[in-house]
Amino acid sequence: MTKPLIEVKGLYKVFGSQPQKVLPRVKQGQSKDQILAETGHTVGLKEIDLHINKGEIFVIMGLSGSGKSTLIRHFNRLIEPSEGEIWVDGTDVMKLSQGQLQEFRRHKMSMVFQRFGLLPHRNVLDNVAYGLEIQGIEKAHRQKVAGEWLETVGLNGYAAQFPSQLSGGQQQRVGLARALATDAEILLMDEAFSALDPLIRSEMQDQLIELQSSLHKTIIFITHDLDEALRLGDRIAILKDGALVQQGTPDEILLHPADDYVEAFVKDVNRARALTVETVMKPPVSRITAETLGEALSQMKRLKDDYAYHVTEEGYQGVLTQEGLEQVNKSLHQQEISEEVYEDVPVVSPDTPIEQIVGDTIESDYSLPVVDDDGNLKGLVAAENVAEVFAEPESSDIEPTEAANEEEPEPKAS
Amino acid sequence: MADNSWLTSFPKMERGELAAIRKTLDGAYRQFSRDYGESIEAFFEPLLSFLVWFERLLLATPWWIVLAAVAALVYAASRSWKLCVGSIVSLLLIGYLGMWDDTMRTLSIITVCTLLAIVLGIPIGIAMARSNRTQSIVTPMLDIMQTMPAFVYLIPVVMLLGIGKIPGLIAVVIYAIPPVIRLTNLGIRLVDREVLEAATAFGANPRQRLLGVQLPLAMPTIMAGINQTIMMALSMVVIASMIGVKGLGQPVLKSITNQYFTLGLLNGLAIVALAIIFDRVSQAYAKRTQAHLGGLQHD
Repeated sequence: MTKPLIEVKGLYKVFGSQPQKVLPRVKQGQSKDQILAETGHTVGLKEIDLHINKGEIFVIMGLSGSGKSTLIRHFNRLIEPSEGEIWVDGTDVMKLSQGQLQEFRRHKMSMVFQRFGLLPHRNVLDNVAYGLEIQGIEKAHRQKVAGEWLETVGLNGYAAQFPSQLSGGQQQRVGLARALATDAEILLMDEAFSALDPLIRSEMQDQLIELQSSLHKTIIFITHDLDEALRLGDRIAILKDGALVQQGTPDEILLHPADDYVEAFVKDVNRARALTVETVMKPPVSRITAETLGEALSQMKRLKDDYAYHVTEEGYQGVLTQEGLEQVNKSLHQQEISEEVYEDVPVVSPDTPIEQIVGDTIESDYSLPVVDDDGNLKGLVAAENVAEVFAEPESSDIEPTEAANEEEPEPKAS
Repeated sequence: MADNSWLTSFPKMERGELAAIRKTLDGAYRQFSRDYGESIEAFFEPLLSFLVWFERLLLATPWWIVLAAVAALVYAASRSWKLCVGSIVSLLLIGYLGMWDDTMRTLSIITVCTLLAIVLGIPIGIAMARSNRTQSIVTPMLDIMQTMPAFVYLIPVVMLLGIGKIPGLIAVVIYAIPPVIRLTNLGIRLVDREVLEAATAFGANPRQRLLGVQLPLAMPTIMAGINQTIMMALSMVVIASMIGVKGLGQPVLKSITNQYFTLGLLNGLAIVALAIIFDRVSQAYAKRTQAHLGGLQHD
């Protein structure tokens, strides 16, 4: 495995006047509430170990006050940890001097903020150019670069406007363009889309996915919305009370929530949209590898089903039924299997969301073949496999997860 | 039994002791002003010559050139013809009523005082915004400067520097500087944390944060402070006239002692007219330059 781009080791953060004195209590496992009551210190983060690979979208998720905004501010040291190490591309961020840290922030990481953080006294173009201006790049050049990024995020023609003249979605596009303009390798997004209304939010998510497919940045994305996390994340980490509860791919989190907290999160999610065919498909059992019709018929008779999936060296070909094969004239049995004998069955791809195949699985008499981009038969999916997704998770005695969307005021971090 | 008189009358220091303390302090200060008065005066010398030069300039320039210059400045700052015409009319009226020279003197000292207050006040305000400790030291000093009767701090100033323009200037600046300091501090502290954090996250150094983010965003508040400073400086001209600052204050002082009602009223109105011109122009300027911050807010 290649070395991860970002590594966080044993990170602790305690807010208060004497964090070092309180740190042992945190390590002994005292609860956040107990420590707050007895010492007046707030535990921000405890024992965070993370690694983030180059080019992935890593989502950190948690409710308000779970420490996710605190955590993201550690990557570029907007907040100093009480203890721990942060390695980015072989540099220990904690050991950087003030000057080195400035250089690091200028070139290595850029950030998008929940409330946009735009400069209200500068127009859109100068806002986008801000990072470059800080780097000391001359005006003509930085404005040219800023103009290009403005075009990329679809705000052509808004250059001379002031941020207050734009809608929330447009302002966040400016924020995104500003972050991209410095060409930093790592993009930190702190609840970047949370302040936007749902329609704009999903547009922005689409745009981010599209941009990412060409830019291949390493993105650390903070959200309290699991749907957003599942949609964007290559991997997801879930924070609760400053501690990591679970880390994994979206499917792992959906299918195997680590504890009640994660399960409560997961319960609200539209699983049919979040999960793909791959996660529910069954191994392809009834396969026929014959080349001629006769061979196919004889293979078919040995199977317990009266239909099968024809696979050759070139990959999946089609669905054959015993009935269909028997109807063919015996004299043609030496011939190769031709198009006409295949049944009309839709083919699905492994990364299709389950939501999109529900209709097809119910209408079809056979399990649908799952075929990947290279034409290989990966598995089969039938209506009953799909139905499992819609069934409630086994233990359903969990509190309603309304809390996941509640806008609690976050405790002041400093 | 012991003497219980402390229960009925406040236990106080012996008269003699108090007198001794007063005498010692007064003597020490007098000695200090004798020793250092001249060097302190020398320190203020450039300021005095500037003040004198500026006053002479205003007085020597033909009135219609001054009027034209004022009109141009008012228009440049406010872009409003109404304000421009209003200023001209009130200045014409002042001149016609025989107060032109005094008005020019007051104008010159107010201008210099305001500039000095801004030049000193904004850096102090910035320092206060940077550190809570500085703030906790400076705030009580500002409280004293604003509540201490002006006559009280005129005494040491006059003892040190005698009667004249510089002591007047110092008294006016002491009285007028607190608003610009306070509001600079407040304005910088009120700058949106996320905007500042964004600047930091993009690697801005402290100077870039101050000049590029904090000061521009605090500007509306700072402008309000400057406006207040100008108003307070104007209200000080009468008191300053007691220590020999020439201008609109002196006729007012004369009216008080001789009960000349009309003279007092006219000069008082002239001060008001100056105040209104300063106020409206500086506010219109602030509003015009900060237009993008408000008004068109989307949400």
